[in-house]
Amino acid sequence: MMNSTHIARRHFLKSGLGLAIGFAWAPHLLSQSAPAALPGSLNANPKLDSWLHIQPDGKVVVLAGKVEFGQGITTALMQIVADELEIDMKRIVMIPTTTGVSPDEGVTSGSQSIEYGGIALRYAAADARELLLERASSTLKTPVAELKIRDGEILTPAGQSISYWSLADGELFQRPVSAKVTLKKRHTTIGQSIQRVDIPAKVSGKPAYVQDMKMPGMLHARVIRPPAPRAAIMSVDIGVVEKMPGVVAVIQNGSFLAVVASREEQAIQAREFLKKNTKWKMADDLPPSLSSWFQQMKQKPTVDTTVSLKQNAVNPATKVLSAQFTKPFIAHAAIGPSCAIALMKDGTITAWTHSQGMYPLKTDLVKTLGLPAEKIICIHQEGSGMYGQNGADDVALDAMLIARALPGKPIRVQWMRDDEFKWEPYGSAMIINMQASLDQEGNIVDWTHELWSNTHSTRPGEQIGDNLLASWYLEKPFTPSPVKNNPQPAGGSDRNAVPLYVFPNQKVVNHLLNDMPLRVSALRTLGAYANIFAVESMMDDLAKAAKIDPIQFRLKHLQDSRARDVITHVAKMAAWQKTPSASKKNGSLYGRGVAFAKYKNMSVYVACVADVEINSQTGKIVVSNLYAAADGGLAINPDGFKNQIEGGLVQTTSWTLFESVPFKRDGIEVSSWSEYPILRFSDVPNVHVEIINRENEKSLGVGEGSQGPGCAAIANAVANALGQRIFDLPLSADRVKAAIEQSKQAA
Amino acid sequence: MAVQLTVNGQILKLDVDPSTPLLYVLRNDAMINSAKYGCGAGQCGACAVLLDDQVVLSCTLPVSSAKGNVKTLESYETDRTLSALNKAFIAEQAVQCGYCISGMMIRAKTLLDKNKHPSVQQIKDTLQGHLCRCGTHTRIIKAIQRAAQELA
Repeated sequence: MMNSTHIARRHFLKSGLGLAIGFAWAPHLLSQSAPAALPGSLNANPKLDSWLHIQPDGKVVVLAGKVEFGQGITTALMQIVADELEIDMKRIVMIPTTTGVSPDEGVTSGSQSIEYGGIALRYAAADARELLLERASSTLKTPVAELKIRDGEILTPAGQSISYWSLADGELFQRPVSAKVTLKKRHTTIGQSIQRVDIPAKVSGKPAYVQDMKMPGMLHARVIRPPAPRAAIMSVDIGVVEKMPGVVAVIQNGSFLAVVASREEQAIQAREFLKKNTKWKMADDLPPSLSSWFQQMKQKPTVDTTVSLKQNAVNPATKVLSAQFTKPFIAHAAIGPSCAIALMKDGTITAWTHSQGMYPLKTDLVKTLGLPAEKIICIHQEGSGMYGQNGADDVALDAMLIARALPGKPIRVQWMRDDEFKWEPYGSAMIINMQASLDQEGNIVDWTHELWSNTHSTRPGEQIGDNLLASWYLEKPFTPSPVKNNPQPAGGSDRNAVPLYVFPNQKVVNHLLNDMPLRVSALRTLGAYANIFAVESMMDDLAKAAKIDPIQFRLKHLQDSRARDVITHVAKMAAWQKTPSASKKNGSLYGRGVAFAKYKNMSVYVACVADVEINSQTGKIVVSNLYAAADGGLAINPDGFKNQIEGGLVQTTSWTLFESVPFKRDGIEVSSWSEYPILRFSDVPNVHVEIINRENEKSLGVGEGSQGPGCAAIANAVANALGQRIFDLPLSADRVKAAIEQSKQAA
Repeated sequence: MAVQLTVNGQILKLDVDPSTPLLYVLRNDAMINSAKYGCGAGQCGACAVLLDDQVVLSCTLPVSSAKGNVKTLESYETDRTLSALNKAFIAEQAVQCGYCISGMMIRAKTLLDKNKHPSVQQIKDTLQGHLCRCGTHTRIIKAIQRAAQELA
């Protein structure tokens, strides 16, 4: 078979027709060599019945690979299917993403669920509708053009009808999605702020999370992690622990140590005992501090990529500005520590997990456990919000390692607060060096953006290596995947490093570090948060140098009309007046700032204005107002979109004012909220969000869009209030106070 | 050791260590979902429940100290204030992941039970001990204001 295909393809290649036909026979080549042929996730999952099933009882079963974690994607996907299929949303049954059952849509990340999963389901539903109409047309002997659909009933002008449920059989959807059907232009459920389907259970105490799952005979387990990364067990007194109340088993494999008990509090007590009584060989290999790490970053070996290069002749530069910006390690810091339940039964091991990617997780579970792929099942069950890769994947392996040792027993593992803080992979620290020049008319004539960072993704699912925490501590340890950067145009550490502004000369360079003493991975926005902070800070300082209003200065350098629109829209919302003047009153400094970004340069457009009030004695910043205008094309669920933008603004306020993971050579210095304070209600800004809905534009990912511009608008407002810029995040009270002291001395 | 506990009016007799934090007994014996493990140190509010109408953080309170009626969000249908909060949180879509929400609602009930017209500042002050990571704060405030209006 292989041989004959090979010969045949060579034959066509010789005849000159080979390229197109050859690719048709080798679809795997398509993704590497040609633009995607199908919309979104259909490329990997082309069959209609991998997305949709219509049941005789009037239910429509939807299979999706994108998972819910509080961002409202389940509701949005249901709206899309209901709209294209012309059915009531209540008919839809969403199947939890399950390996071997659901389409493989990789990881739910990067604000891509609507752009990839949503569009795939939209075409699948549209195709299904057309197939059902064609079938109805021949049964009812009426042209398709004359048929109407009302909640799955297909009606003729003469009053005859037939339903989807009687027309659909097992075979009808066993075909590839053509994706050639015209999508509906007039919408019923798309564009409506439909209430989210996951909320009622969450506000009534109904089981809603993997943390709430209970199974008969379920045992509780806890893992005893080392005091610091790469420490190894020297000695452990298992005998004493085994005699503690309720303890069922102590599991040790190399330096992976776990305890299983009948009751949760018993497992926690046993963990406490083992934490105190286990001796570890410490690696002591973390950098001594963040500032020393920043020094090391520029000296370490890096993989250097010129991400963007433009060279053109221009007017001579009259002013040159340069600056270095830094961003610390930031924790995901979910309110609910990661949790999973696993059960080994009849040779098959199943995990219920809140991982963002069932299939990528399974890839690494197969490697670690050494079981055949068909013997491992991952089923999604929502957990606490994650904001990227936190401990969700790791705890699934923890649960499976324990469940494998205790067949027949459902094992529930929840990380303790200190496990989550010390072992989740953080968002990488970054250094960004910027330089830009202005000509006499205040045009930016050249622009250089150079950044140093660890990778922003070490997720499971790579071909080489194993990225699950426990796998590195086993008796036969695995090693993590080689470091890599997410490619442009989305980018990883260089996400949004290429500005949307148009400059005649521009150079963007990414220095990707190989050495990774602190574990890092995807945190909402990847590198975009820090890059937008640097780009938009620079834009403000250049506007000031050019003596041009910061909004006018941005518009002057932007050609994209939708980008210009969100900026002028937010200016109107905030009643922006030319070049905000800082003011002082009763010991407080007031400032206002603006910022803009189009997330990944291909998703939602967001412009923000921030108002800040700074206590000149304590240096404490209060963000009094955050305004945002956002354009995500056709909004599937406008209120859901707004909720994401609002949440992003509040979260970025927390990151920007307060957050940095402390560490020293012998460990991560956070085990509770005391060492990692986040925003509380007293610090919540007044948030004002308006959506620009563009019904004729494609729906864009929105979930991460406000984080970067929100941060930069705050930073610009603070610079406006202080009359000087703070280049290092977070904009802590200590830094602000130091800046105020410094300017007093200078005066 | 036998411990007696009343949860939403139901009496439970349990054979547990009296020092067991109330949270684990609620979740694993009383089959309560609403109170969540967040920090185990009384720092985040996710485990908040009512003990005779006072907020307690069940992750640090020994079960033996829970003398009185423990009330949780599960009882919302029979509690006018919790019921109004339930409706208001849905109406305002004041949830993202929602892991912190039950604790917020329990705390808000104690405010609304004594103050029919709380100001935004009073709501913020009341919820200061509760953490939300999704940034849903502004909607949570609106939902509590909406519930107050409905109850007034």
